Amino acid sequence: MSVPAYDQSARDYISIVGSSTVYPFATAVAEQFGKDNSRFKTPKVESTGTGGGFKLFCSGIGVQYPDIVNASREIKKSELENCTKNGVTDIIEINIGLDSIVLASNRKNKQIPLTIKDLWLALAKNTPDTTGNLVINKSKTWKDINPDLPDTKIEILGPPQTSGTRDAFVDLIMNRGCREFEAIRIIEKADEKKANEACRIIRGDGIFIEVGENDNLIVNKLVANPNALGIFGYNFLEENLDKIQGETVNGITPSIDNIIDGKYPVLRPLFIYVKKAHIGVIPSIREFITEFTSEKAVGEDGYLSRKGLISLSATKRKLVAAEANNLKTLAP
Amino acid sequence: MNKIMLPASTPERPKSARRDIKTIVNASLARQHAAERRFRWYGLIAISLGLAFVLLMFGNIIGKGYRAFWQTYIQIPITFDLSIMDTSGSGKRDLQTIDGADYSVLVRSGLRKLFPKAEGKSQLRALYGLVSADSPYELKRKIQQTPNLIGVEKEIWLLASAQVDTLFKGNINRMLDESERSIKNDQIEWVDKLQAAGRIEEKFNIALFINGDSREPEQAGIRGALMGSLLTLLITFLLSFPIGVATAVYLEEFATKGRWTDFIEVNINNLAAVPSIVFGLLGLAVFINFFGLPRSSPLVGGLVLSLMTLPVIIIAGRAALASVPPSIRQAALGMGASKLQMVGHHVLPLAMPGMLTGSIIGMARALGESAPLLMIGMVAFIVDVPKNFFDPATVLPVQIYLWSDLPERAFVERTSAAIMILLAFMILMNGLAIILRKRFERRW
Repeated sequence: MSVPAYDQSARDYISIVGSSTVYPFATAVAEQFGKDNSRFKTPKVESTGTGGGFKLFCSGIGVQYPDIVNASREIKKSELENCTKNGVTDIIEINIGLDSIVLASNRKNKQIPLTIKDLWLALAKNTPDTTGNLVINKSKTWKDINPDLPDTKIEILGPPQTSGTRDAFVDLIMNRGCREFEAIRIIEKADEKKANEACRIIRGDGIFIEVGENDNLIVNKLVANPNALGIFGYNFLEENLDKIQGETVNGITPSIDNIIDGKYPVLRPLFIYVKKAHIGVIPSIREFITEFTSEKAVGEDGYLSRKGLISLSATKRKLVAAEANNLKTLAP
Repeated sequence: MNKIMLPASTPERPKSARRDIKTIVNASLARQHAAERRFRWYGLIAISLGLAFVLLMFGNIIGKGYRAFWQTYIQIPITFDLSIMDTSGSGKRDLQTIDGADYSVLVRSGLRKLFPKAEGKSQLRALYGLVSADSPYELKRKIQQTPNLIGVEKEIWLLASAQVDTLFKGNINRMLDESERSIKNDQIEWVDKLQAAGRIEEKFNIALFINGDSREPEQAGIRGALMGSLLTLLITFLLSFPIGVATAVYLEEFATKGRWTDFIEVNINNLAAVPSIVFGLLGLAVFINFFGLPRSSPLVGGLVLSLMTLPVIIIAGRAALASVPPSIRQAALGMGASKLQMVGHHVLPLAMPGMLTGSIIGMARALGESAPLLMIGMVAFIVDVPKNFFDPATVLPVQIYLWSDLPERAFVERTSAAIMILLAFMILMNGLAIILRKRFERRW
């Protein structure tokens, strides 16, 4: 066993941190990249969550900091400011594809015809009463929300607040569902912040249950509990279709075709962010970007789509690949 | 009590009272025996309940995981065609040409030879999906080992894809509709044909032990995590054992007992109870951010885990030293030995088995630890097996956590297999501790 004197400038592999949603895809690219290029080492991919990833990524320039961060949402303004403060300025944003958040239940269940409006009513902490005032949400069964729905208990399992999936769920379902209420729109005109808060806060009285970041755990809980609905990424639904079924949202089934066509309303982009200053210092970053944007990886027939990634449209893919390979950075 | 005692001490009551005492005692004796029997039953129930849970856990893990030690392989006729290997047409057979060849063509033509009727894009894709995505690389490795294969046609056993493996092991319900399972009707038909022809079978899963991590379940192995655990524990042992023993000896044999030693003792006992994630945070702040040691490396992992193990070793070491009778020390001093000679020649050798036992138990705890490693970047996907203390690495419990979180169904059995391997190491270490205690420890 050789023990070389460690030199910080000697890191010869790419270091990637970030989202646990992008982790299954980034690792697949890393492995393929390592296999195809025997002269480079296989990149290291850490699963730290999107927020934790940006924190590490934005800590500074230099080999002790990661080169790439996986994100299940766009970089936030505050994170960008933190990056700039630490001298991380030239950042390349690459949209690698899309992910869909699905609601699923036990296969034995009869499907509940969900709408984003009803979902908001089921999950919001405060909901408007008949006069338009916000009162604490007391609904216990689906029937309490909408007389057309069955008289079963509402029980929804989902990811905790630290998760990017949770952020996306709130953005795509809660935030849109609440805007369908006249009462919220009136509040919004008067006080935007209050309306946002009303839209985004999930009730804490046991109707919504946080199950940690492990999506397989949610799947297993759905199998054990036929009344519950679970929230997770599409790739977990695809892999477990013999146990669980995707619930329709606004009448649309979460099938791969509906998702690609954009009919299924809950879709979010996935990104990787690359530190331009590290290109040329750490070997193989440029080649890794080329691999991650190649048709072989992110195309409709690519190996990532077999892992559950939803491809961008052909023209969008071409644009993303061209910009990424030209190392186009985010506008400051 | 008083009521029973009272008649006995009063002299006015003669014989009849004594008989009363006897009956009273007899009656209470029966109660006493009953209470003892009850207590034994409670104990028995508690133990069998505990055993039942252990058996349930082991049964569940082994039931899910034992199949992972076998892996499905498919036999395919491969023609190592020279024209495919040599893209430049120069007829050269040097390593570079071999390296750049497209070996997937060989796999595909082999599969098409077996099932010539498959056609159309989606059907062909399903056909190529029977074997692992690693197959072309496997052929390349074969050629690199034995270049004589070029131009030869040979039957070769290739790793089946995870879906085929899961189907072959009976973990996919064939009755379900095609859209509800991860394997196509065509693929099931082909697998059945392969089985009839004897071209598909389960073999011992060597890949699980010789490969690093992979995103393809059939190629994923635990060698990287095993090496990572080994390197990390080596650092942990090299640091925590000498420091722990020295601390225990000093505190027990040399330090004058007083307020300071009490203060240190309370702190060591407290440290042993601190949640392990705190050590991870400390490691991140001190070793990585301040000293600039490489993230994700076994060196930092070992440093953090030795912080965690140290208090355990010190406490066990002090207990072992305290159990050496004072007469040994007095005899040594009486024969004219110095204090250092007394400790070095007599007390320490006698306490060593107890110290080692404590250390091994502490190391077993460190082996099962994952929370502090999250902070220092060892929760990561690492394909290359770590070779030294500075390479990025992960450890066994982290590998289990990472696999349990992946969507592919085939990782479920691999997760259980990794748990079994971790448990085997735990049992080995704890067993070693028991043997050491039984064979070398002296009772006084």
